[in-house]
Amino acid sequence: MELLQQISDQLEKGDTVKVAELTSQAIEQKLDTRIILDNGLIAGMAVVGKKFKAHDIFLPDVLLAARAMYAGLDLLKPLMIEEGIPTIGKVVIGTVQGDLHDIGKNLVGIMLKGAGFEVIDLGNDVTPEKFIDTAITEQADVIGLSALLTTTMPTMKKVVELAKERGIHGKTRIIIGGAPLSSEYAGDIGADAYCFDGIKAVECVKGFVGIN
Amino acid sequence: MSGLMERLKSGEVLTADGAMGSLLIERGLPTGDCPERWNLDHPEVLEEIARLYAEAGAQIVQTNTFGGSPLKLSHYGLDICTEQINVTAVRAVRKAVSADVLVSASCGPTGRMLKPYGDVEPEEISAAFERQLKAILAEGVDMICIETMMDLGEATLAVQAARSVSTTIPIAATMTFDLTKHGFFTVMGVTIEQAAIALAEAGADIVGSNCGNGIDNMVAIAEEFHKHSNQPILIQSNAGLPEMVDNQIVYRETPEFMAARVPRLLESGVGIIGGCCGTTPAHITALRTAIKQHRTG
Repeated sequence: MELLQQISDQLEKGDTVKVAELTSQAIEQKLDTRIILDNGLIAGMAVVGKKFKAHDIFLPDVLLAARAMYAGLDLLKPLMIEEGIPTIGKVVIGTVQGDLHDIGKNLVGIMLKGAGFEVIDLGNDVTPEKFIDTAITEQADVIGLSALLTTTMPTMKKVVELAKERGIHGKTRIIIGGAPLSSEYAGDIGADAYCFDGIKAVECVKGFVGIN
Repeated sequence: MSGLMERLKSGEVLTADGAMGSLLIERGLPTGDCPERWNLDHPEVLEEIARLYAEAGAQIVQTNTFGGSPLKLSHYGLDICTEQINVTAVRAVRKAVSADVLVSASCGPTGRMLKPYGDVEPEEISAAFERQLKAILAEGVDMICIETMMDLGEATLAVQAARSVSTTIPIAATMTFDLTKHGFFTVMGVTIEQAAIALAEAGADIVGSNCGNGIDNMVAIAEEFHKHSNQPILIQSNAGLPEMVDNQIVYRETPEFMAARVPRLLESGVGIIGGCCGTTPAHITALRTAIKQHRTG
C-alpha cells in the first residue's frame, strides 16, 4: 500500500517519470489494476483537485499533475482492457461552437479523467451535431458543454434541442460550465446541471452514473 | 507626441479608454468571430469607437490588436494577415483622434501555453510578439500595452519582445489577478510582488492590472503594486464581474460607483486609469472628471 501512496504523492508533485516508474512497479508486483488506479492515480488527483479549489496550488501544478497521471494511466490502460475493467462512465466534452477558450474545459477533462471517467474531448468550436453524434456513437453517459463568451451561450441551447430531437435527452445528461453561466441558465435551456468548476463537474457526473 | 513617461513622472494622471469587445458586439461583431478581423473589414467601426472614447475624455486610446499576434490569429487562419490587421488598427485610431491623444497598442496573450504546461517553446512566443509589435511600431504608436497576462513567462517574453523592437517606446504590462484566501494571484499562481519585479526587470516602464475584477479589488491590487514597485501603475478595472440577468450579461458598477474609488487609486501611485470589460464612454468620462476633481480639490 505504501507504493500506492508514493504514486499518489509523486503525482501530486507532477513527477511524470516517477509516477510511470512506480506504476510499473505496482504492475510487476501484481497489485490489482483497479486498486492501483483508485488508490494511486485517482487518489492523487483527488488531492490535487482539492488543493486547487482551495487555491493552495495553481493551474501549472494541476497541468503537471495531470501529465503525470496520464503517464500512469497509459500503463494501466492495456491491463484494464485485457481484464475487462469498465470505466465508471463516459463523458463527451467540448467548448461550444464559436468559443476558443479551453482552459476551463481542459481542467474539467483532467478532473473527470482523474476521477476515473473515460473522457472524449472534442476540443474547441464544436458544433451541436458533433456533440450529439459523438454522444450517440460512444454511448456517452454525459455531455459537458463549456463556454466563456456570452455570445456563444445560445449554442448550448441548440445542443439540448438537438439531444431532444435525436431522442437522447434525459438518457445522456448534459452539464454546462463557464464564467457567464448559472444554474438558472441551465434550467432555462433544459440542461441537467450547471457546474461551477471541475470538482463540481465530477460530483455531478458521479451522481448521474450512480456513484456517490 | 509622446512624452508619456515625462508626463507621468511629473505627477500627471492620465485617463485611458474602456471596453472594446462589447462595443464591437453591439455594432454587429458576429458570435465567435475574430474581433481583429474587423480591422480589415470595418475600420470605420474602429474609428467610431476610438472617437467615442476620445470624446468621453480618454487621453490614451487603445488599438484593436489585443489578439493580433500571429499565434492568436492562427486560430482563425488569419496569421498571414498579421501585418495588415495590426497596421489598419493603428491607422483607424490615429485617423479618429486628435494629435494630443496618445495611441496605445494593445497586446494580449497568444492563447497558447508555454512548455512544460503547454506545447509552445519560448522562442515561438517571442517571435509572435515581435512580428506583431514590429508591424505596430513601423506604423507608429505612443505606447505598448501588454495586457490581461496570467503567465509571467509569457508576459516577460512579450515585454522583452517589445523592448527588442524599440528601446525607447514606453511599455506598460498588466496582469489579471483573482482574489483568493491567500491574497491576489493570477490563475497561473503569480503574485503581485512577482509581477511587479519581473515585468520591470524585463523592461516594462509601467506595471499594473486589468480585467478580472471590479474597482474595489482593483484598489487593493493597486495598493499591493505600490508596495512593491516605484513605477507608475496602470489600472483598467471591469465595471464589476459579469452577471446573468434574464439571459443578458450585466456589469453592475456604474460610472459614479467607479469614479468614487478614484482618490484611493491615486493615493496608491496609479498614473493611468482606464476601463476594461463592461465599461463604457460614460464610465471614462466619470473617471476623468474624478481625476480632475481630486487634483484641483
